[in-house]
Amino acid sequence: MKETSLLWEETIQGGATWSHVLKRGTSLRIFDLEGGANVAAIFYNFECPVERYNMPDTLKAQHIARLTKGFVLYSDMGRILCSIIEDTVGWHDPIGGTSSAKLVSAKYGPSAYQEHRNDYHKNGRDGFLIELGKWGLGPRDLVPNVNFFSRVDVAEDGSMSFAHGSSKAGDYVELRSEMNVLAILNTCQHPLDPNPKYEPKPVQVSIRRVPAPRQDDACRISRPENVRGFTLTERYFL
Amino acid sequence: MSGINLVESKLDPDKAIYRQVVPAGEPWIHTVRGGQYFRIVDLHGNQAVDTLFYNAHDYSDRYSAQDTIQQQRNIYLTTGAKLISTNGTVLLTIVADTCGRHDTLGGACATESNMVRYAIEKRHMHACRNSFLKTVIEWDHGMTKRDITSNVNFFMNVPVTAEGKLTFEDGISNPGKYVELRAETDVLVLISNCPQLNNPCNAYNPTPVQVLIWDGPAT
Repeated sequence: MKETSLLWEETIQGGATWSHVLKRGTSLRIFDLEGGANVAAIFYNFECPVERYNMPDTLKAQHIARLTKGFVLYSDMGRILCSIIEDTVGWHDPIGGTSSAKLVSAKYGPSAYQEHRNDYHKNGRDGFLIELGKWGLGPRDLVPNVNFFSRVDVAEDGSMSFAHGSSKAGDYVELRSEMNVLAILNTCQHPLDPNPKYEPKPVQVSIRRVPAPRQDDACRISRPENVRGFTLTERYFL
Repeated sequence: MSGINLVESKLDPDKAIYRQVVPAGEPWIHTVRGGQYFRIVDLHGNQAVDTLFYNAHDYSDRYSAQDTIQQQRNIYLTTGAKLISTNGTVLLTIVADTCGRHDTLGGACATESNMVRYAIEKRHMHACRNSFLKTVIEWDHGMTKRDITSNVNFFMNVPVTAEGKLTFEDGISNPGKYVELRAETDVLVLISNCPQLNNPCNAYNPTPVQVLIWDGPAT
């Protein structure tokens, strides 16, 4: 039997929201089909969703303000929800947040279903809230998100700028699930993307069965903090 | 918005309608009414004051670190910064700041994150998120861990480098430095005066801070 096996794949169109419970021992690979995609993502422990992705804990445990291969996503309980086991981009934004209805309307103009049918303009926050609602969660559960495929640079004075064209067609990032993780993704444009046109890009997602992280796993040994994070995560399943 | 904007307040501490010292390791919860001015004084210098803000009429509408830095396109807080909620409400505006930089990304310490960051044996050290939780449980208005989200760290210096690294620098605050905010709507304020002993955020010596409230601007 092969070490990794593709279980299924599907396309998420631009501006859409998607959710799935990533089982421990599987991975989620996200492909940027056309280049310039943005995938906003939030993560919860499926068995106890009050344990959720924590941006500050993820950043300060690893001393980072960007995500790439070798880094992991921490919950607020000291455990690792997902590890980034492959990445062809090199920089994913953990700080820029997601768009709101107000921002999308101001930036791209009003657009309602009545006039535009399913091409009406979507925003990240409403997408997250609707999908959270489907899992019995709500506004109190909305937490800071990751933006895969987007890069936000921070200058010395703290100012933030969106890096154009960071991700190319065919780029991908792969997350290995270290717990049973409710993942909610949306493909709305990055809130700091200066593109004046509403043109959110599609991505392809694929789910694979993957081996458990070994003692010399690159994400585990990338930092002493992550060695402890994996230990605490593995203890949760004992 | 530039990096640092030092502005002194004209408000007289003797005319404050509320004054309270919050010792290190202790929480503080209070509603600041729209139009009131709220000041935090770093009495001894280099103290991190972990602070959460909520719309007092809807606690699900709360300070959002990402919405705040996204709207001002800057990760640091100083005079002029508006603290934005998850619903896009302007909760407060920083109207005076003698420190010059406050952190939005470092979050609050927790017993669990201490285990990851320092050693699993550190589980039993006091931490901000324990203070937050104890306070909202005792306060008994239905808030739980779901409501403990990403906070502001007043007086804390957490620079991001061009390579995307997050660094924890010695504080740039000194004894008597303060930050003052005007509430733009009724706001519930929840503080944990940080007890962290494992990193330089409190200069390894957590100390008391003072909070003051005025009813309105100086006349």
